[in-house]
Amino acid sequence: MTRLPRWADIVLTPLLSLVLAFAISALVILAIGENPWTALTTMVTGALGSSYGWGFTLYYATNFIFTALAVAVASHAGLFNIGAEGQATLGGLGVALVALALPWPHWGLALPAAMIGAALFGAAWAFVPAILQARRGSHIVITTIMFNFIAAALLNYVLVNLMRPVGSMDPASARFPDGTHLPKLTDLAASAGIEWGKNTPANITFLIAVAACALVWLLIWRTRLGYEIRSFGRSERAARYAGISPVRITVVAMLISGALAGLMAVNNVMGEAERLLLNSVEGAGFIGIAVALMGRNHPFGILLAAILFGFLYQGGAELALWTSIPRELITVIQALVILFTGALDNMVRMPLERLWGRR
Amino acid sequence: MDFATVIQILDSAVRLMTPLLLACLAGLFSERSGIFDIGLEGKMLMAAFASAAAAAVTGNVWIGLAAGVAGSAALSLVHGAASITFRGNQLISGVAINFLASGLTVLLGQTWFGLGGRTPALDGAARFAEWQLPFAAQIAPVPVIGPLYADVLSGHTPLVYVALLAVPATWWLLYRTRFGLRLRAVGENPASVDTAGVSVTRLRWTAIAITGLLTGLAGAYLATGLSAGFVKEMSAGRGYIALAALIFANWRPWRALGATFLFGLMEAVANRFPGIDLGPFTVPSMFMNALPYILTVIILAGFIGRATPPRAGGEPYVKES
Repeated sequence: MTRLPRWADIVLTPLLSLVLAFAISALVILAIGENPWTALTTMVTGALGSSYGWGFTLYYATNFIFTALAVAVASHAGLFNIGAEGQATLGGLGVALVALALPWPHWGLALPAAMIGAALFGAAWAFVPAILQARRGSHIVITTIMFNFIAAALLNYVLVNLMRPVGSMDPASARFPDGTHLPKLTDLAASAGIEWGKNTPANITFLIAVAACALVWLLIWRTRLGYEIRSFGRSERAARYAGISPVRITVVAMLISGALAGLMAVNNVMGEAERLLLNSVEGAGFIGIAVALMGRNHPFGILLAAILFGFLYQGGAELALWTSIPRELITVIQALVILFTGALDNMVRMPLERLWGRR
Repeated sequence: MDFATVIQILDSAVRLMTPLLLACLAGLFSERSGIFDIGLEGKMLMAAFASAAAAAVTGNVWIGLAAGVAGSAALSLVHGAASITFRGNQLISGVAINFLASGLTVLLGQTWFGLGGRTPALDGAARFAEWQLPFAAQIAPVPVIGPLYADVLSGHTPLVYVALLAVPATWWLLYRTRFGLRLRAVGENPASVDTAGVSVTRLRWTAIAITGLLTGLAGAYLATGLSAGFVKEMSAGRGYIALAALIFANWRPWRALGATFLFGLMEAVANRFPGIDLGPFTVPSMFMNALPYILTVIILAGFIGRATPPRAGGEPYVKES
């Protein structure tokens, strides 16, 4: 079988897979008796046609960047971290504990502290599956799935029994103090004299997410640790032979992965809700898998794919608002994207390879 | 706690065990053949929806059952194509299937019934009736054994008995037939099966078909036996608990019965007693809900027993050329 040229493998296969996923999504829309073209235009105008739409698109994209980077770092080490959901849940707890601990005078102080809280809690939640994989050989996919459920139960317990303000009925923490209020992107634009994205949740965390992409790129491709992570992911035996400790790399990669997933909470818990709610992650941990797949585990690809998924998310909300198509259409599209880019990728690659072989 | 309460809890444990047991055996076939299946959850959900929708429209629960199996089998087909034919990543395929089911069920449900993703409530012939086992009424007055037979074992819907019978059937198929021997071998070392002139692809497709059938029954039981109709996300993590039970059972059928009964019992106890008062402190219901997952992690860690999964699990088989 001939190997595909690099550009075809990196650009053409995912693009064709995406086209297939969208084509089938269009068939699904037709099947439920709606017009795919109307759906598409509604989504594009709603999510990208105004700065208001972009404000939401970028807010969702911020969540997905963090969880996708988490999946990608683990994936470079050959580990499938399906537990970003639980790690982000715990990250939320870290953010809430930091935000409620002190009467923060200014967000400039609260933000770094909350980031540390989020990263520590997320990393801690990834630590147990990591050490079990490294030392006891427990399959990390299963343990991280289990830890997602344990995280949900733990958060439920903490919110209902410990953090709920006296007299409140909802399972949610108290509101964070005003000093933890993060500037929104609309505020930043206003200070530059531009009116952009009024009443949207996109906040300064987006810039942190972009910086995180750059840092992950540096880590993976420009540091010794990144080299060790990649060689371990390619071949555990070769890495072991080169003197790389499998236990250390597994644990370190998962700690970084968990910390990145935890950092998502700075965006949704601190930047948007400003209190800790039950199920605030809303599946972003799983979407991270799709985004990392689409972005081929490269931070730049992840940035683009996260914006695409942010668009799908905001577009889906607009669809539910303006048409009779339920929001769950987005879940279907997301499933098809995961399926075609991640599991059925050979369906596109095999014929392409044959095509190249014939030339 | 009196005896009547114990009986009620056991009865409820049997009901809650059934979908777990069917899904767990489903996973057993797939994983024994070397195909990881974290899409049990999605297949159950799809089957629950398809069975409830067909039963609501036709008013016949058996047509519902068939539709449920068809729904789950369709997703199995996708999983087989991804993991056998196209040698893709089985875990990612499972994740995609879970999302696909979660989205499609609500999308189709809303389009067809307009009830926000629910199906109309089922009653009469659209639900499974409860079967009384022979002599249940006569044995009932006997102390201890009577209520155990008449109230715990008897009086369930047919799929409960199907699930219970599926355990010895699976055992027989796995350990007493040629198919079973080959199935176990293909999950450990597909190359040796291939060398013996048996098709790896065909064995794996057969295993996946059985998985589709059993998850179909599990889902149909959820919507037409345990509840009366489909509700959004009604599988509620049961596919993952079944996966946990499979590890707990060390990929063996009789132990699967034990593990799923244990997990069903935990759920029944958590439902009955939202917080268990142990004097100095109260065990919160959230802890009971998380207990199956916590126990599975402990088992996986190898502190109690040792989980030994089929060796070739998750690896696509590439024939040497």
